[in-house]
Amino acid sequence: MLREFICIMCPQGCALQAEEENGKVLEVSGNTCPRGKEYAIQEITAPMRNIATSVKVENGELPLASVRLTGPIPKSKIFRAMDEIRKIYVKAPVKTGDIVIENLLGTGESVIITKTIHKI
Amino acid sequence: MRSVKEVSVAIIGGGPAGLAAAVRLYDKGIKDIVILEREKMPGGILRQCIHDGFGLTRFKETLSGPEYAQRFIDMAEERKIPYITDTTVLEITPDRKIYAASKNGILEIQAKAVILAMGCRERTRGAISIPGERPSGVYTAGVAQSYINLYNKMVGKEVVILGSGDIGMIMARRLTLEGAHVQAVFEIQPYSSGLPRNVEQCLRDYNIPLYLSHTVTDILGKERLEGVVVSRVDEHMQPIPGTEKTYTCDTLILSVGLIPENELSIGAGVTLDGRSKGAVVDENYQTDIEGIFAAGNVLHVHDLVDFVSREAESLADAVAAYIENGELRKCSLEVETDTNITHTIPQKISGEKSFLLSMRVRQPMKNCEIVISQGGQIIKKKNFKKALPAEMIQIPIDAEKLNSSENLEVSAIC
Repeated sequence: MLREFICIMCPQGCALQAEEENGKVLEVSGNTCPRGKEYAIQEITAPMRNIATSVKVENGELPLASVRLTGPIPKSKIFRAMDEIRKIYVKAPVKTGDIVIENLLGTGESVIITKTIHKI
Repeated sequence: MRSVKEVSVAIIGGGPAGLAAAVRLYDKGIKDIVILEREKMPGGILRQCIHDGFGLTRFKETLSGPEYAQRFIDMAEERKIPYITDTTVLEITPDRKIYAASKNGILEIQAKAVILAMGCRERTRGAISIPGERPSGVYTAGVAQSYINLYNKMVGKEVVILGSGDIGMIMARRLTLEGAHVQAVFEIQPYSSGLPRNVEQCLRDYNIPLYLSHTVTDILGKERLEGVVVSRVDEHMQPIPGTEKTYTCDTLILSVGLIPENELSIGAGVTLDGRSKGAVVDENYQTDIEGIFAAGNVLHVHDLVDFVSREAESLADAVAAYIENGELRKCSLEVETDTNITHTIPQKISGEKSFLLSMRVRQPMKNCEIVISQGGQIIKKKNFKKALPAEMIQIPIDAEKLNSSENLEVSAIC
């Protein structure tokens, strides 16, 4: 079966075609770099995404600090990941790179702060 | 009497363009500079763009907006480049005097060169003239983004989005992750105005439908938004009677385009280009007012911050040369385009300096060729499998190929 989708690895957004049989990828075309091929295979076998959101901050110059994951997690775990991150409350100051959850839902990826928030 | 501060270069705006220009100027030996920033912190719009995907070109990794901004803030701070925050520039005069309102009163700065780096603003409901009531619950995408990502305020529960600009699609995903129900994105054009990857990862991933050739034709509700009426449009983007459909919602997000923020530029006498809505600049990013330069989204709206940083650095190279020599080479050749190209940056060149030519195509094109020529002589050709209005095209032009007597012609041929 021919599957078609847009690569999200970079803003170029290549239109990928992948020939798939029983969950196995036989051939990928339309990609302009090796990451496109990797993405196509991953998208068919086990789609992964990164997410960005915020955590609440106590005593900060802003009420929120933005966070992201250190790497993509299975797409099916996105909403559960959001639930976990929503429970977090940090105390200012926090700085870019601080880890707020390690090994999120057993994915091996961590939740890290992406914005330095000073104490008020 | 107020004292007038004198500087070599004043930079208006501490977002990605202003920060990159400042760091580059400093590294070129121009250290007598100041950045004036309206907000409490530098970083500009990146502060609220918490999603990732920034820096792939620049740093070869994918960063969130605040992280990308922080790298440049750190570079500015390491160099002890002064920035004054909480300060709004009120006026720039053609002889480069700047008046700004700060906590300590009015600041007066005389600069040898001024860098315009004010970024852009969003088109609003008024700009696209949607009729109907005026209830609360109608936001531009960037305003909704700042409420959610900076101030911890949720904007609504049942959401309709008008316009498929990148920020609108990114907000569709963001609102979904925060528990809202995004019913659909409607786009008046027959194609998405944002990047294809955002259609994929922000809409498709969350089963949010994108309806092309549709627009909002009525807004319902007295106090709070209660619904919107959506119609299909014809090939002239006119609503087709009889196609109206009502969507019950409490929130309408508008992502209908960005406009370079040029009120101060106009006040300084800078000539704007009606196509890009930014200044007319030459290969040095100098406007038609000597000593006033512009780069980043104030000049033309970019899709990637990486290219804003690069443009601001090229500008800084030219500004450094201007400060050192007191003038720059005159640019009297025009860059002309055919109707398939909306605009170019720069609009004027000397024919004696290499430069980066930026442009956008007017509508999606397949297997097209961008041809750059001078007096019928082809200077450069580049093939594109696809060219989209959402994707800026940049082509470096080598000075050795140019002559200094004929205008440059840019065309897109299918």
